[in-house]
Amino acid sequence: MSSRSIFLEAHGVTVQDLETYLATALGRGGEYADLFFELKINHSLALDEQIIKSATKAVNVGVGIRVLAGEKTGYAYSEDLQRESILKAARTAAFIASSTPSGGKIGIGAPAAHRHHLYVTAAMPADLPISEKIALLRQADEAARAYDARIRQVQASYVDETRHILLVSSDDRYIWDVQPMVRINVGCVAEENGRRQSGQQGAGGRRTLELFRETLDPRALAREAARQAILQLGAADAPAGPMEVVLGPGWPGILLHEAVGHGLEADFNRKKTSAFSGLLGQRVASELCTVVDDGTLPYRRGSLNVDDEGNPTHQTVLIEKGILQGYLQDRLSSKLMGASLTGNGRRQGYDHIPMPRMTNTFMMAGQSTPQEIIRSVKKGLYAVHFGGGQVDITSGKFVFSASEAYLIEDGKVTTPVKGASLIGDGPTVLRQVTMVGNDLQLDQGIGICSKEGQSIPVGVGLPTIKIREMTVGGTRK
Amino acid sequence: MTEALKATAQQVVDRARRMGASAADAFIREVETFSVTVRRGEVESLKEAVSKNLRLRVFVGHRTASSQTSDLSPAAVEKLVDESVQMAHLTSEDDSSGLPDKQAVARDIPELQLADPAWESLQPAERIELARRAEAAAFAVDPAITNSSGGSFEYERSRTILANTVGFLGAYEATGGYLVSIPIAESQGAMQQDYWLSITRHRTLLKSPEEVGAVAAKRVLRRLGARKVKTCQVPIVFDPLTAQTLVKHIFEAASGDAIYRKRSFLVGQNGQAVAAENVTIVDDARMIGGLGSRPFDDEGVASQATPVIEDGVLRNYLHSSYTSRKLKACPTGNGSRTGSGSISVGPTNFFLKPGRTSPEEIIASVPAGLYVVELLGFGVNTVNGDYSRGVTGLWIENGRLTYPVHEVTIAGNLRQMLRDIEMIGNDITFMGSVAAPTVKLRNMTLSGD
Repeated sequence: MSSRSIFLEAHGVTVQDLETYLATALGRGGEYADLFFELKINHSLALDEQIIKSATKAVNVGVGIRVLAGEKTGYAYSEDLQRESILKAARTAAFIASSTPSGGKIGIGAPAAHRHHLYVTAAMPADLPISEKIALLRQADEAARAYDARIRQVQASYVDETRHILLVSSDDRYIWDVQPMVRINVGCVAEENGRRQSGQQGAGGRRTLELFRETLDPRALAREAARQAILQLGAADAPAGPMEVVLGPGWPGILLHEAVGHGLEADFNRKKTSAFSGLLGQRVASELCTVVDDGTLPYRRGSLNVDDEGNPTHQTVLIEKGILQGYLQDRLSSKLMGASLTGNGRRQGYDHIPMPRMTNTFMMAGQSTPQEIIRSVKKGLYAVHFGGGQVDITSGKFVFSASEAYLIEDGKVTTPVKGASLIGDGPTVLRQVTMVGNDLQLDQGIGICSKEGQSIPVGVGLPTIKIREMTVGGTRK
Repeated sequence: MTEALKATAQQVVDRARRMGASAADAFIREVETFSVTVRRGEVESLKEAVSKNLRLRVFVGHRTASSQTSDLSPAAVEKLVDESVQMAHLTSEDDSSGLPDKQAVARDIPELQLADPAWESLQPAERIELARRAEAAAFAVDPAITNSSGGSFEYERSRTILANTVGFLGAYEATGGYLVSIPIAESQGAMQQDYWLSITRHRTLLKSPEEVGAVAAKRVLRRLGARKVKTCQVPIVFDPLTAQTLVKHIFEAASGDAIYRKRSFLVGQNGQAVAAENVTIVDDARMIGGLGSRPFDDEGVASQATPVIEDGVLRNYLHSSYTSRKLKACPTGNGSRTGSGSISVGPTNFFLKPGRTSPEEIIASVPAGLYVVELLGFGVNTVNGDYSRGVTGLWIENGRLTYPVHEVTIAGNLRQMLRDIEMIGNDITFMGSVAAPTVKLRNMTLSGD
C-alpha cells in the first residue's frame, strides 16, 4: 500500500483540510465526529446467449460526515471533494448538536498502522485487463453447455470492486484501506418436455483474478450450476410440516446469519427490539454449538482490515457451547452499552450511516462425521444449497429457502425435492441442534446482506448439522 | 439548475460521438434528500444531502458498454466517456442492441403532476415533528405498545435528465414524502413489530401522523399472542401489502428480459388464459401523481399504459427497446436504468385492478383459512413458478378474523395460484409503484405443526 491515501495523493485533500472539516462538524458541540472518504471503482461483464452483452464501469466517490451527540446522529455527505462542498456537509451534520462547542483544537497525528493485512494482492481488480475477464466467462459458458444437452440458457457474470476508504475521527482515528473484491456467477436454465428449471453457482472473495486461476475454476462453477438445474428437472414436490432437518456444510450457514446473527447486532439489543435482548449469559443453543463472527479471515468476502469506522476487525464469539456471549458492536452502541468494540461498524457507502453488521459468521466444527449424521435420521430433509433468507428481528422468526434438498429415508439420502422455505425461531432453533459435523466449510464468497436499505458483502459457514425439528414449507402432506 | 444538467448530458453524448461511438445516451439524476428518525420521542438520526449521478450508454455499431459516476467534474466525465467507448469495442455484436427506434421516442412530455412545490415550505422542525407525532400516536393507543423502532419522515426531490444522439433531450422533476411509524408491542415476554406508512408525491395527500401511528398500532397489537397452526390446505387471503408481492412476481415473469432468456413461467403464453377471469393487470406509466409515473422511460421511449393480463388472458409482455427488438414486439416504455447505467425492464405503476368486493366480504366468505399480513424470505422461483414463503397472519374462522398465526409457511405454484384467484377486493393501496387490493386464493398448502 502506498504511504498516503489516494484522497491525499490524487484528490487534493490535505491533513489541514481534514482538521478543519472535523472542527466544523463539531461546531455546534457534538461529542464526536468522523469523516469517511470512499472511492469505489466497479467493473462488470455479462455473458448471455453466448455473447458478451455488456461491459460496465462505475465510479463512486464521496465523503460522509457524521456527528454524534448522545444517542443522536447527524449525517451529511458530499460527492464532490471541493473544500466548500465538504464544509457545507460538515455544517449540515453539525446541526444535530446544540450545546456549546468544546473549542478544543483538532490535531491529526500519524496514520495508524494496520493490525491485519488480509488481502495482499499484486494488483487491484480495477487495473486488470478486460480480455482475461472475458475469457473466464467464455470458459464458464462452454463448460455449462457441455455438461448436458438439456442446458438451454447460460448467463455468466463477472464483477469486481476496488474500494478505497479513509477514516478520520475527532478521537484520533486516522486510517485508510484499499479493499479488493471479485465475484463470478453462473446461472443455467435446463429444459425438458416443457419443464424448465434453473441452477446458480457463484464464488468470489477479496482477491483478484488469481482466485479464478488457482482456486475457483469458473468451469467448475458452471458445471455446478448446470448440475443443479438438471437435478431439479427430476425433483419431486417438497414435503410440508415439521421434520428432522440436516443442513449440509458451507453456504447453509445462512441459517446462523438469519437465526442468530442479525438478532445479535448491538443496535437492536441496545434498543431492546431484538428477540435476543437480555439473553446474554443464557442458553440459546445446544452445547454442541459455538458460533463466531470473524472479520479477520484472509481473502474472505466478509473480511476487512478495518471496519467502516476505522476499527480493526475481530473474531467475536457470539455463542460458546450454547451460551450467548456477546453482541456485534459499532461505535455508537458500544459506547452507549459500555461494551468493547468488535470492529463490526459497517456501511454500504459514504452516503450511509454505519451500523453493526456481520462479517463472516459461522459455527465451529464438532465431532460427528457427515455420514453418521445422515445415518442417524429415519425420516427427514437434507438441504445442501440455499437461495436466501430473512428474519423478523423482533419476533425472532426467520426463514431460509432451500434450492437443493433431498429426502432422508432410513438413514439414506434419497429423492431430490423442489425448493422450499424452512421457517423457525431464532432464539430456540439452535437448542434443537443434536449433532454437529467435523466438516466446517465456509461459503464460496457470494453473500450479500441487506439491513435497513444498506447492502454489504458477508460470508457464512457451517459444518453439517442436524436439527431435531424445523417446519419445512413444501406442498406435499 | 435543470438547464445546466441538460447541457452536461448533451456534452456527454456529443463527446461520445466524437470519440467514435455511433450512438450514446446520458441519464443524469440529481436527488435532494432529507430524512429524520425519532425514537422514544427523541431525534435519533438526521440526514441531509444532495447527490448527483451520471449514467451513460455508448454503442459502437451493435456493441455496447455502459458506465456510471458520482463524480461529475468535467475531467472525470470525459475520462469515463472515453473508457466506455473503449470498453464497447471489447463486447460482442448484438443485433438487438441500440437506442430506441425513432418512432418510439417520446415527442411530447405529458404533465403528470409528479412534483409538488408545497413540500419546500415544510421546515426541518415541522418534518421532525411529523416523525415524532407518528411515533407518539402509536404509543398512545395501548400500553401493550412498550417500545418502538421509531417514527420517520423522509422527503426527496429529484430531477431526471436524458439526452441521446438521435436528438432527444428531456427532463422532469418529481417529489415524494414518506411517513412511517414502527411500533413494538409486548405480551407475555414475546415481542411483535409492525408498521404503517403514508407515501405520496403531493404534500396534501400525506396522511396525518396520528392516522399513520394509529393504524401501525392496530396492526402490531393484533399480532400479539401469535401461535403456529397445524399443516393444512386452506383458502388464503392476502392483504393489499402482501398481495402486492404476488403482483411483483407477475411483473418479473412478464418482463421481456425474463421472457427472452426463457427464465419465466409465462414464456410462450401470450394470448392464453393464465389467470382467473377476474384478473386484469396493467402497467400504467401515466397515472397522475403516480409513484411509478414518468413522462418518458429511462431511454426516452414515450410512456404508455399497457395491459399485461386482461380478464385472465396474457396480452403483453413488458419491454425495453432491447427486448422489444429481441422479441419482435412493440416497445412499452419500460426501459429502466440500472445502477451501472445499462437498461433493464422495470415496472411503472404495475397493479392488479380492484374488484367490487370489500375486504370484509372476502374474509366473510372463508369458513377456515389464513389472512396474510406479512411474508418472509425469498422462496419464489419465477422460472418455474414454485412458491414457498414464511407468513404471519390472522386465522379466519367462520368468516371472522380470530387469533394471530406465525412461524408457518404457505406454498404452491404461481401458475396455479393465478388461476386460483377467487375474489379481488375494492381496496387497492399504492405504497410504491406496484400495488394490489385484497386477494383471495382458493387453496394453498399451509405448513405448520
